[in-house]
Amino acid sequence: MTASVPVEEHTATAVPVVEARGVQVVFRGRGRGAAAHAVDGVDLALGRGEILALVGESGCGKTTLARTLLGLERPTAGEVLVDGEPLGYRGRELKAYRRRVQLVLQDPTGALNPRHTVYEAVAEGLRIHGISDREEERVSAALAQAGLRPPERFFLRYPHELSGGQRQRVVIAGALVLEPDVIVADEPVSSLDASVRGEILALLLKLRDELGLSLLVVTHDLGLAWNIADRVAVMYLGRVVEIGPTEALLAEPLHPYAQALLSVVPEISRVEPVVLSGEPPDPSRVPTGCRFHPRCPALASGAAAAAGVDGDCRGTPLAILPGSGPHAVACHLAAATHPAD
Amino acid sequence: MPLLEFDDVHVTYRSREGDVPAVRGVSLAVEAGESVGIAGESGCGKTTVTSSVLRLLPPTAKVTGQVLLDGEDVMKMSFGRLRAVRWGKAAVIFQGAMHALNPVQRIGQQLAEPILLHEKQVSERTANNRVGELLEQVGLPASRARTYPHQLSGGQKQRIMIAMALACRPKLLVADEPTTALDVMVQAQVLDVLSELVRELGLAMVFISHDLSVLSTTCDRIAVMYAGRIVEQGPAADVFDTPLHPYSAALASAFPRIGDPRFRYAPAGLAGDPPFPSDLPTGCSFHPRCPVVMDECRVVDPPTVRVGARSAACLRVTGAEDVA
Repeated sequence: MTASVPVEEHTATAVPVVEARGVQVVFRGRGRGAAAHAVDGVDLALGRGEILALVGESGCGKTTLARTLLGLERPTAGEVLVDGEPLGYRGRELKAYRRRVQLVLQDPTGALNPRHTVYEAVAEGLRIHGISDREEERVSAALAQAGLRPPERFFLRYPHELSGGQRQRVVIAGALVLEPDVIVADEPVSSLDASVRGEILALLLKLRDELGLSLLVVTHDLGLAWNIADRVAVMYLGRVVEIGPTEALLAEPLHPYAQALLSVVPEISRVEPVVLSGEPPDPSRVPTGCRFHPRCPALASGAAAAAGVDGDCRGTPLAILPGSGPHAVACHLAAATHPAD
Repeated sequence: MPLLEFDDVHVTYRSREGDVPAVRGVSLAVEAGESVGIAGESGCGKTTVTSSVLRLLPPTAKVTGQVLLDGEDVMKMSFGRLRAVRWGKAAVIFQGAMHALNPVQRIGQQLAEPILLHEKQVSERTANNRVGELLEQVGLPASRARTYPHQLSGGQKQRIMIAMALACRPKLLVADEPTTALDVMVQAQVLDVLSELVRELGLAMVFISHDLSVLSTTCDRIAVMYAGRIVEQGPAADVFDTPLHPYSAALASAFPRIGDPRFRYAPAGLAGDPPFPSDLPTGCSFHPRCPVVMDECRVVDPPTVRVGARSAACLRVTGAEDVA
């Protein structure tokens, strides 16, 4: 449907638009409660014009990491770089940054004020940032870019008069009106109908191709990653455990956690599903060694012991993966069996 | 005899703007031990159809046709009989129902309530034993009966809802989007629990979802609904892998096969919105959005034709006999 060019050629050399370096976010517990290490050492670089999918289960820290990249959360350690410069957290600097980096949330119905018209919803960002010239022109251009045409017909509509897909387009238009460089989308299609999902994903691809936007998509949906992402980063319990180009990572995931995630994608002709029991463990009690080892099917089946790494799995922590570059994995077993990577 | 049978069911909502036909002639049978998926977009009538099983529709809804539950016409039941049948014979897991748990009551009490209400002869002690069994059936330790809802995760609450639906040992389980808000891994766990229950207890299950890939892994058969009609019906794998109706094809490709180059940088969507039931297009109601529309489609409403074990309502599908 949309012809899209992978952007590998200009991600390798250019300075990333937004980058996390050694980012840690720790939430202090109440009273004597233990502190939760929501993000526990992550390097991640988003290249210009790149679509990066950040995948993982609820509670793995992917939303906290995205909020940190947006400047909504201050890292406890490490830093966020914007065009290679550290992000400033003073009011004015943050406001300028937030004009460049926009957020699109999961549920468009909750994100729109039911008593604001489409025009007001889209113009709100302009008013907050004190952009008063050519307001109507800007709003109508943003609506058209988001696929609501002719834009004038939507100006005076209220959210309840729109379908779910149209509402999500209004939210996207509200982000586009500030002419950002980066959009962070948190589960942009998970609350939408199947038929609308593809339309919104095609719109995100088109925005990248036509406006050169960079996109960070936070999701638990690997199909979405296959549909639009150039690179995928798999997060588990506060760490990126595998990162690489979408084709390589999804064709042959190396980390047992990534393999399990891929195996439970509902499809008919597929590998034997590896359903991990339990929920992701508590970020206030990160296991020793490899943080995935208590749930790891490769450790439980003895595959790790056969490769002689089971001791490392339980006791030796893994290094932080680089935020850009080739396919990389944080797993003792993969390191022993795929030394080339 | 099928456990649940819809025979030419029509549901019309009366409103100030006139009658709104939400369901237009649905015929579907579900055998014991079988799970049938109903797929379609918001507003296609899938929830309305399944609400008619237990007469849960608002008074503005007019139902014609027959809904037979275990051979008994639901529309003709007395209110007392209906109360016994609800939960006792057929139970519903509603969409987002996990938010309906009482936050200040222990899980065990909430699970025991329907048992004590429906089966007067059961003592509290027996009910509590059954609560333990129910929890184990959905893969939770019996000790969870003592917890409050806020101590459980989303996936665990959804299991509690399944356990609650099973409390009075129904023969039919209706699950309305039971995994929509859940994570992939937790979704896989919940789907496993449901499939196992169908297998072990010989339940009949009606599973509603807009995600054809989820239905294809959980159900034996799939019925695809569009604008109040079933436009395709057949064995789950066939409908998902080789859909006959262009609408089923659009739903099936909305969730890409990972690794298939056809879907790489090419998310498949379906332009336009579903029609308002009060303002249906002429001819085939899908024609304004159909990627392979023909001139005839604008005027002829396609009959349902049978193709082997499957059926579809599309002029492009040439089938044996007319079953509509």
